[in-house]
Amino acid sequence: MNAVIENLPRFIEAFGMTLWLLVLSGACALIIGTVIAAMRISPVPSLSAFASVYTELLRNTPLTLVLFFCAFVLPQLGSRLPYEWAAFIGLTLYTSPFVAEALRSGINGVAVGQAEAARSLGLGFMQSTTLVIFPQAFRMVIPPLINVLIALTKNTSVAGGFFVFELFSAAKELANANGNAVIAILLAVAAFYLVVTIPLGIVSAHLEKKLAVQR
Amino acid sequence: MSASVLFDTPGPRTRRRSRIASVIVVLLIAAGLGWIIYTLAQPRDSSGITLPGYFDWSRWDIFVLAELWVRVGEGLLATLQAAAVAAAMALVVGVLFAMLRTSTFAVVRIPATIVLEFFRGMPVLLMMLFILLVASTGAFWAVVLALGVYNGAIIGESLRAGLAALPRGKREAGLSLGLTQFQSKVFIEFPQAFRQMLPVIIAQLVVLLKDTSLGYIVGYNELIRTTMNNLGSSVGNRYLFSLFLVTLVIYLAVNLSLSAVARRLARRRSPGKLLPKDQITPTASISSIAMPNGNPEDRTTE
Repeated sequence: MNAVIENLPRFIEAFGMTLWLLVLSGACALIIGTVIAAMRISPVPSLSAFASVYTELLRNTPLTLVLFFCAFVLPQLGSRLPYEWAAFIGLTLYTSPFVAEALRSGINGVAVGQAEAARSLGLGFMQSTTLVIFPQAFRMVIPPLINVLIALTKNTSVAGGFFVFELFSAAKELANANGNAVIAILLAVAAFYLVVTIPLGIVSAHLEKKLAVQR
Repeated sequence: MSASVLFDTPGPRTRRRSRIASVIVVLLIAAGLGWIIYTLAQPRDSSGITLPGYFDWSRWDIFVLAELWVRVGEGLLATLQAAAVAAAMALVVGVLFAMLRTSTFAVVRIPATIVLEFFRGMPVLLMMLFILLVASTGAFWAVVLALGVYNGAIIGESLRAGLAALPRGKREAGLSLGLTQFQSKVFIEFPQAFRQMLPVIIAQLVVLLKDTSLGYIVGYNELIRTTMNNLGSSVGNRYLFSLFLVTLVIYLAVNLSLSAVARRLARRRSPGKLLPKDQITPTASISSIAMPNGNPEDRTTE
């Protein structure tokens, strides 16, 4: 326990990096994912083909390989990015197709009858999407999106294997330095992760339950 | 919801416009890819020495060696081995967790819930480190145990959702036939929940296969570690990009074929022995509880 309290500043520093990765890659993945989802449902065939190839490729590549590419192969190709930014790029790339899929299935989840009803009332394309479809799709999409963010939180730990000092590398470093308090240190790190993931999970489950009643 | 409901049927002018847009996009994408390939193929200067481009034969000549492919094969085998053992374990752990979490005894249910939430909220990598340092089992078992427990927790949670979504009558019928609570759960409810959740479970097993790559970080010689680290350091850095491409292609081939199997199973997920009339309720309620979007692969970020 002492080892945990003594090294608290180090933990906080590492937690800060984890949060930095989470917020920044989360935000960028949301933006890229939205663009990809829009391309996927667009009526232009080549756009939707591009989006589906992008999604399939990234979803079937292990995160470790994506981060390896950003950390070791990109410098070979001439990039001068520090490892933090390499990890940020890797996490963003890896997360964006999951965001796109969550969004797309949310829109697909709105019953066809809703669109048909809107059209038969004489609403145009813009009116039926903005007034009828999107408000419903948006609600359906929130819980899966939160789940994507929870997964991202846990995935930031992989960056620790590629020279980024975040919670996982802190766990490794401090456990090596304090051989007698390994369990306490690892549990402390686990607690930091749970502080983020469990509240997000509760919010997601709560929203999901609320939506289930409304439908 | 198909887009065709939203749009009016496109007339000749809209169709022409859409075709033109499509061609422009194809050209743009082709130009982008061409630029990337051209840049990669150019020789580059690195601290005074001119290195050949990435598609130069001198960067690929190692791939004619049979010995190299044997080692790549060993790496792939190690990945598949770890995945197979961990998958078997995850299924057992998942069934166990689902049983404990739906137990009628609060003494069992509440601790099981807490343990399950704990495992679900933790990164697998941290679990691997924990097992490696605390139990000092060696890298293989660290990878397998952590993946087994973590994915077991997730499978257990989806099985629980499957159980919860079964109509109450199933259980009541079992009990009224004189089965005990436990018997009804094992023989009546569980087989049905398992079948319903099969697509989700298989999608999760694909994720498990992908996650064996975390062995790279904790020192298990799986595919990425074999190709990028061990082979990479023995043949030299100039092959790093080629090795990366080969590894990527192998992973994509394995994962895409597994995902295709998962998708085919998802398409015929309805349990065979139920009457069509009976299927409507459980399938519909499951998709609203466990899979809000109907597509099992949406849960594969975990």
